[in-house]
Amino acid sequence: MSLGSVPLKYRIDIDRDQCMRCMRCVENCSYGVFRNEEGKLILNSRKCTACHRCISMCPRDAISLKERPVDYRSHSLWTGEAREDIINQSRTGKILLAGMGNAKEYPVIFDRLVLDACQVTNPSIDPLREPMELRTHIGKKPPRLEFKKNEDGDVDLITELAPNLELETPIMIGHMSYGAISLNAQRSIAKAVSKVGTFMGTGEGGLHESIYPYQDNMIVQVASGRFGVDINYLDRGAAIEIKIGQGAKPGIGGHLPGEKVCSDVSCTRMIPLGSDAISPAPHHDIYSIEDLAQLVRGLKEATQWKKPVFVKVAAVHNVAAIAAGIARSSADAVVIDGFRGGTGAAPKVFRDNVGIPIEAAIASVDRKLNEQGIRNEISIIASGGIRNSADIAKSIALGADAVYIGTAALIAMGCRVCGSCYRGLCPWGIATQREDLVKRLDIDSGSRQVANLIHAWTYELSELMGAAGINSIESLRGNRERLRGYMLDEGSLDVLQIKPIGA
Amino acid sequence: MDGSAIKDALSLMDERGSGEGAGYVAYGIYPDFPDCYALHVFFDNIVEPKSKVDDLLSKWGVIVHQEEIPTYEQPRLKRQHIPWRYFFKPNKDLMVGSLTPEEDIIIKTVMGINSGINGALVFSSGKNMGVFKAAGWPEDVANFYRIDSYKGYIWLAHNRYPTNTPGWWGGAHPFNLLDWSVVHNGEITSYGTNRQYVESNGYKCTMSTDTEVVAYLFDLLGRKHELPENFIVKALAPHFWDEIDSMQPRERELNRAIRLTYGPAMMNGPFGIVVARSDGIVGFTDRIKLRPLVVGDDGDRLYISSEEAAIRTVDPDIENIYMPKAGEPVIGRVVI
Repeated sequence: MSLGSVPLKYRIDIDRDQCMRCMRCVENCSYGVFRNEEGKLILNSRKCTACHRCISMCPRDAISLKERPVDYRSHSLWTGEAREDIINQSRTGKILLAGMGNAKEYPVIFDRLVLDACQVTNPSIDPLREPMELRTHIGKKPPRLEFKKNEDGDVDLITELAPNLELETPIMIGHMSYGAISLNAQRSIAKAVSKVGTFMGTGEGGLHESIYPYQDNMIVQVASGRFGVDINYLDRGAAIEIKIGQGAKPGIGGHLPGEKVCSDVSCTRMIPLGSDAISPAPHHDIYSIEDLAQLVRGLKEATQWKKPVFVKVAAVHNVAAIAAGIARSSADAVVIDGFRGGTGAAPKVFRDNVGIPIEAAIASVDRKLNEQGIRNEISIIASGGIRNSADIAKSIALGADAVYIGTAALIAMGCRVCGSCYRGLCPWGIATQREDLVKRLDIDSGSRQVANLIHAWTYELSELMGAAGINSIESLRGNRERLRGYMLDEGSLDVLQIKPIGA
Repeated sequence: MDGSAIKDALSLMDERGSGEGAGYVAYGIYPDFPDCYALHVFFDNIVEPKSKVDDLLSKWGVIVHQEEIPTYEQPRLKRQHIPWRYFFKPNKDLMVGSLTPEEDIIIKTVMGINSGINGALVFSSGKNMGVFKAAGWPEDVANFYRIDSYKGYIWLAHNRYPTNTPGWWGGAHPFNLLDWSVVHNGEITSYGTNRQYVESNGYKCTMSTDTEVVAYLFDLLGRKHELPENFIVKALAPHFWDEIDSMQPRERELNRAIRLTYGPAMMNGPFGIVVARSDGIVGFTDRIKLRPLVVGDDGDRLYISSEEAAIRTVDPDIENIYMPKAGEPVIGRVVI
């Protein structure tokens, strides 16, 4: 029997008095909501994804959008979403796909943490007048330094330091592959990070030739599909990252649909044109911690121990023990990706239900490494749902060295978090390979906007640090004394190792 | 020199304190027991906590001598504890796998008593030296212990204006661990980071105040990692990156290595600190000098103080008085 249609997700309305029939909405909507029939504007709201492209391009503000215009009988358990998922799955018999990060209404821990400021007993520091240091080094550090007296009576440093990445701000941009995002999007980000003095990840999509000029600011990724990996790729990167897991979908691999594998993507990934790029769930050469340590060492050997190697894992319950294992290998940094982390495509059931929040993961990893006396020997990079400079300050105070941002950088280029990246029709030219759409993203303005965002957050971070009487980022790192929990339960406070407000 | 001049100098700065904490430390005061660790302990009573401390010490070594520290009632000072001293020799065979077994036994027992035995607090644990402190004005504390009766070759003294733990004897400065003593004017905004670092290296913070981490950092970097004093100061109050970037390559590499390796040891926030050890003292401030520090040098003697007036009280004729730059260490060595 027919299930009929589910109610509209969004309804688009046109204020016909305001509309000048310029048809920009028709040109801009890649999902086919608008049609021009002999000068008349016809709408099909069912196709709308709330990407806001039409709204932002309408010169008359004539378009309005309403979410869930049709009510269901209200029920707190059987929400509209729960009912629709069942209807869709009983129709198709398939796994539900979703884009972007975890969309469930879990409490956001960041929003229940408050920062500190100084008064009287210690002065706050004005970043406009005093130096404020955000320079961050990502990489292995020795547990101690050793010196030797030379013949002149001076002391010589004997300890040799491993190569570290030097960042002018603790903000990096995470791995989003060419394929998942467009070349223009990747080039915009690359240009921005090289201008700001920080780094970005290539994702598991290889390194396109047009990114070569920015290779000193690129972290190349080795993931389970090994797409695009050869010695040229490894040698070009400033650092190498082994991707074990991803916060948006811990425990499973990746899938780039063949439609997105155009000739350029196929060359860069080193896979046949139009073929699906499937990254397996585990690395098939890593079935244990010692296998991972071997791969880290293998990559180091291949690049003459000149490059830091990171290991990225999804934030899951035993992330702290995994991180401690990684710290014992030659790896330089552990990247922890929280369950709010974005993705182009993930099974909805994973995106919304598997993994733990980044805040708890940072704190428990930092605590475990401290307990084992090895915290400073490895860097912690946090990612997954970082929305503003306060989230960054809180991440660092919980124990991170630096953060990766992803979605935020995309928003800076136009993304409105509609969550339809997996469809390849992104009207902002970001998550698409369709040439006419990609062209919409101008590299100069895209890179300027991304650089602006990093600058703005860096300024805010220095202000927050100055207010807390701290003039160097090392003194914020793991400094939980400067955080308090607001409306957090005792168990969470204990995991985060912070006191409640007023204490 | 005896403690009378230092009492006068400290009392001169009474308006910097609130009469709720003052203390002194002197090196060279126990020539009769030069090889013993002098453990100064505050007991709440000498029945229960003391028998536990006696037991613990007897397990780890030999108590060569013990006595109540002589004190003299002062009308403005309320006695809260019984100050006691042990002259203790640890049995180093009991600490397996350590390169410095004696010191490690002392650290273990001090931290064990302070965190595990109610009513006992060890506040001084070095050889041939001792801390004397209480809640009160500088002159009253000095008279309580009659510090003018002790003769030392290094003296530190501190007058406290408490905000966090007023009236607590243990909260008064100097703080001490083994040979290290610290007086500190300031508040450490990086305390959470520093505390984690020292605790992950086996120390336990038990004094509810930020100053104790300074003593532990000096012990970790100075004794365990064997860094010279000027490098310890470079780790605790490092050069700015802008300065490091413009240094000569060798110097740059050294400073970069210190910042990378000892980042969690870096201290932020306003401070002026003087640290003493049996062979010398080092004074320094935070990197932007948010607290004062004045140095007087007459060739034989080095004075470090928050105020010039205090130095002139001890030595009215002193000529060489200067203010060191932010973060720059002032080091005095004992010459025999």
